[in-house]
Amino acid sequence: MSAILLHPEDNILVITAAVKPGDTLVVDDTSLTVDAAIGVGHKIARRALEPGDKVLKYGAPIGSMTQAAAPGAWVHLHNMKSDYIASTTRDAVEQRTSS
Amino acid sequence: MIPAWQRKDGRKGIRNVVAVCYLVECAHHVARRIVDRIGAPDVQLIGFPGCYPNAYADKVMRAIATHPNLGGMVIVSLGCESFNRAGLAKAVRESGRPVETLVIQEVGGTAATIAEGIEAVERVRAEADRAERTEMAVDELVIGTVCGGSDGTSGITANPAVGRAFDRLVGEGATCLFEETGELVGCEAIMADRAVTPELGEALKESVAKAERYYTVMGFGSFAAGNAEGGLTTQEEKSMGAYSKSGSSPISGIVKPGDVPPAGGLYLLDVVPDGEPRFGFPNISDNAEIVELIACGAHIILFTTGRGSVVGSAISPVIKICANPETARRLAADMDIDAGRILEDAATIEDVGTEIYNRTLAVAKGEHSVSEALGHQEFILTYKSFEPIGPGCLPTRAGAA
Repeated sequence: MSAILLHPEDNILVITAAVKPGDTLVVDDTSLTVDAAIGVGHKIARRALEPGDKVLKYGAPIGSMTQAAAPGAWVHLHNMKSDYIASTTRDAVEQRTSS
Repeated sequence: MIPAWQRKDGRKGIRNVVAVCYLVECAHHVARRIVDRIGAPDVQLIGFPGCYPNAYADKVMRAIATHPNLGGMVIVSLGCESFNRAGLAKAVRESGRPVETLVIQEVGGTAATIAEGIEAVERVRAEADRAERTEMAVDELVIGTVCGGSDGTSGITANPAVGRAFDRLVGEGATCLFEETGELVGCEAIMADRAVTPELGEALKESVAKAERYYTVMGFGSFAAGNAEGGLTTQEEKSMGAYSKSGSSPISGIVKPGDVPPAGGLYLLDVVPDGEPRFGFPNISDNAEIVELIACGAHIILFTTGRGSVVGSAISPVIKICANPETARRLAADMDIDAGRILEDAATIEDVGTEIYNRTLAVAKGEHSVSEALGHQEFILTYKSFEPIGPGCLPTRAGAA
């Protein structure tokens, strides 16, 4: 097993060992095929997610989807966002300081 | 029982550090040379870089200078900076500790002050060595926790394990401190439910709302690029993980940097400045938070990390708990405890919680933490502004009065 479900209501799983595209994970009788190379601590969709859906981790909302994600798809900055304060990456800081 | 040093204010220390304290960046080099020339682990460098006065920095420095782990102090001043050096020296002296002050402009420059400083440290150290010895119990310990370099494993392994250790420590009467309200954004409602009074619950919510307003003005959350690389996507996701360090005990109160909690229990340290943002980011790095926890009396800091922080601290030992099994292997020589085993089914959260508790007591009894043995003695104090805590923040003190 290389993904865990932290709370029964969660719609994401947390990866516990690095995976690559095409890897299949079986968690609680559900089989999911991963769509990206991702490392420990990252998230994948447990079920199909639509834009606007709240992402649930620890049973609590941790943000909203901005794009659809199929079961097994990587869930991160490219398809979800904070409901509070925008997250910042190194690239974004570069754009800010160079503009 | 824990062997300890008895201080005149009734508190007890687990270390007997002599601090060499510079009061402006212009005195930093001289102070560092004094510490380096002596080369003893219990003679440590602390200081404040700014030339302008600041009530917060003054309060925190006095709290550090009278911390139970501190046995004495040598103050190094350039001479023209604004820091109230006489007030600081008086606070140390009145606490029953030896203190000497060197003013570079009066002593005669760099080399002369280094030479005199080394002699001053030796005198202060000799007197500090004569401090009264005693024993202390777990219920006299103050333990702080902080996370740094968090990733997607932090909130699953190391942070909840610290929460278990906190539950046990609080159950045994110790004082435990958690902090960084900017990393509690999104947790305010569940946290408020744990407050010992409804007024405190409202104050907890307000402290997080203040943090959100402050960070919004700064244009960044308490969220670094490395957090995202480690799998964390949003501030509230990081918050949920950070929050689990607090465990499940009732929350007894809110303190601000330099306030010492009045009794055992679990307290939130509100680190975000009050009023309009003035001096920049609330905490420019993890050590700024560690210094504030120590200013609230913390004898030991439990530091959880996923990406892999290596820091320690002056004054109080830092115990490192690594959340990520890959990091734990790569930075094994920097970590006290490998909580990443939880992800590999080699240990439970309870097991690691017990290890953290045992390690805390061992370090309290004098064993060196890993960062302490490696010589990490980071210290950073900069500008902030705070109002005193509100009336609902310490209900136990109000009840006792």
